[in-house]
Amino acid sequence: MSGDVGTPTVGERRWVNGALGGFAWLTALVFFFPVIWMVINSFKNESEANTAPTLNFTPTLDRYREVTESAGGLLSFGEAFTNSIVIVLVSTLIVLALAIPAAYALAVKPVHKWRDILFFFISTKFLPVVASILPIWILARNFELLNTRLVLIILYTAINLPLAVWMLRSFFAEIPRELIEAAEIDGASLRGQLSSIILPMAAPGIAATALLCVIFAWNEFFYAVQLNPVDGSTVPIWVTTNVSTRGDFLAKLSAASVLACIPVVLAGWIAQKRMIRGLAMGAIK
Amino acid sequence: MTTVRYVEATRTYAGTDTPAVDSLSLDIADGELLVLVGPSGSGKSTALRMLAGLEPLDAGVIQIGDRDVSNVRPRDRDIAMVFQNYALYPQLSVAENMGFALKQHGVPKEERTARVRETARILDLEPFLDRKPRHLSGGQRQRVAMGRAIVRQPAVYLMDEPLSNLDAKLRVQTRTEVVELQARLGVTTVYVTHDQVEAMTMGHRVAVLKDGLLQQCEAPSTLYHEPVNLFVAGFIGSPAMNLVDVGDARPLKVGETEFELDAEADAALAKRAGGVTVGFRPEALRVGDGPLRARIRTVEDLGSEMFVHVAVEHQGESVPLIAKMSPPFDGDPGDQVGLQITGTTHLFGEDGLRVASPKASLRTPGAVSHS
Repeated sequence: MSGDVGTPTVGERRWVNGALGGFAWLTALVFFFPVIWMVINSFKNESEANTAPTLNFTPTLDRYREVTESAGGLLSFGEAFTNSIVIVLVSTLIVLALAIPAAYALAVKPVHKWRDILFFFISTKFLPVVASILPIWILARNFELLNTRLVLIILYTAINLPLAVWMLRSFFAEIPRELIEAAEIDGASLRGQLSSIILPMAAPGIAATALLCVIFAWNEFFYAVQLNPVDGSTVPIWVTTNVSTRGDFLAKLSAASVLACIPVVLAGWIAQKRMIRGLAMGAIK
Repeated sequence: MTTVRYVEATRTYAGTDTPAVDSLSLDIADGELLVLVGPSGSGKSTALRMLAGLEPLDAGVIQIGDRDVSNVRPRDRDIAMVFQNYALYPQLSVAENMGFALKQHGVPKEERTARVRETARILDLEPFLDRKPRHLSGGQRQRVAMGRAIVRQPAVYLMDEPLSNLDAKLRVQTRTEVVELQARLGVTTVYVTHDQVEAMTMGHRVAVLKDGLLQQCEAPSTLYHEPVNLFVAGFIGSPAMNLVDVGDARPLKVGETEFELDAEADAALAKRAGGVTVGFRPEALRVGDGPLRARIRTVEDLGSEMFVHVAVEHQGESVPLIAKMSPPFDGDPGDQVGLQITGTTHLFGEDGLRVASPKASLRTPGAVSHS
């Protein structure tokens, strides 16, 4: 090595970069391993699934057949998915309908203490879920909402709304102010500004926000299991019905979990297509 | 006929004490191209935005024609605005951008298309009508922004530094095009810029603002030759006017030389005591064998003209001055030269206001006057 001690040579740098890359891949694999294991298990027999992880098995779709077949009296696959899809879509649509005008107002024509208002929104998420379940349960019972889809639609809307306002506000704030002013001068009404200028430009942000709301509502378990254990039950509850006290259930549970994951992965894939379209490209210099 | 009137129009932003625009009163004639010019923070853009309806008025009135529009929404003011960054709708094509306002005002589709086509023809935008703004060059975007305003046939055009995002050459070319277009359309136009060259070359009249206060609103040549105060004198003209603080001694002296003024200026000076600032344009300063000793700092050769930067010893300090000379000029940095003033000299009082603008020259004290 020459006299410049401390400066790594090109060769050294390449070695360090290679090591770091390898470490990153290893970490990713460790994190992703449970998912791979779940998918592999779902194609196995119960006996194979309960042995140590192995790739030496005959793939079968029998577990998927078992979990999707209606088992008399228990929550069926179709029922749970219908409930989940209705609850997730309706609550997400309500969230967007409420959050878009609120976020637009906060971004474009903020009220005097808009920071305090944003903090108030997010502070509603500080309370531990467990602490709120009893009053919510009592309210739901008194309004005869237990075991209905409606109670979860209301709850998921309320839970997702603050986050949606926060996210959308930052997306709207990125839209150049002059565009809104130009539309104002061009004669667009508030609704015209929103529908023809703001929303198309904020589409990637709206897609990202909707995706987060969908993911949360789809995966939520605690409220669902407390409030809707009998009727109006959602997919996460259905997944747990595949846990049994007699006999092995790991392969079945894996198959159910894979099915529960598919809609979220699909939603993510669809939203991603919209999200990668750059925000406000070409609007300004 | 569309005139525009600002009557004591004032705007103070929340959280500040000093108004961004302070009691602005301005009459703009029908078909006039009025330029609002000033450094950043002078309130020129705010004044334009008040006319657009994008900023509310805290006091005063704004009229378009005979109508008080102070509380009228932007879309009901019959104005069109060109923004500095063009503010083109990115998801709409050029044709849709230009037709957007017409669509909002319920103009039938056929008429809309015809008007957009006609405007596109005027601005050479026909080949680009189906393109999105992001596929246009800066100059083309600028023309689309102009087209979007023109197609509406409004009562007043508002332009907020519309050329500042163009490169220098294109800016000069577009400047001429805007002036021609405005003359042809004959629509009252308020144009904001921080560039005094743009202001002087484009405006029928130029309104100079500083700290929200209107300093002077006159035709470009009046602004240049009869600046009302020190600020206007220093702001208008490139290179800027030479300004030398000569103190309160009489006769006025710069370096070791005295100013020889006409009787009228002497009388005007006699009436007021206090410090005086002397101003003279670079073209009024001759470098050669004058009485005021100076050292050449740099020489800028622009081909058709030369700017000679010199330093003069004045009241114990080195004061920089600029002279505009016609080539050929023979002189190098470091050379000792003599300066003489050959044109109008402006005298400004302690309050910054112009006292007199006599013809003046420099003489060595004790020398016999030639006049």
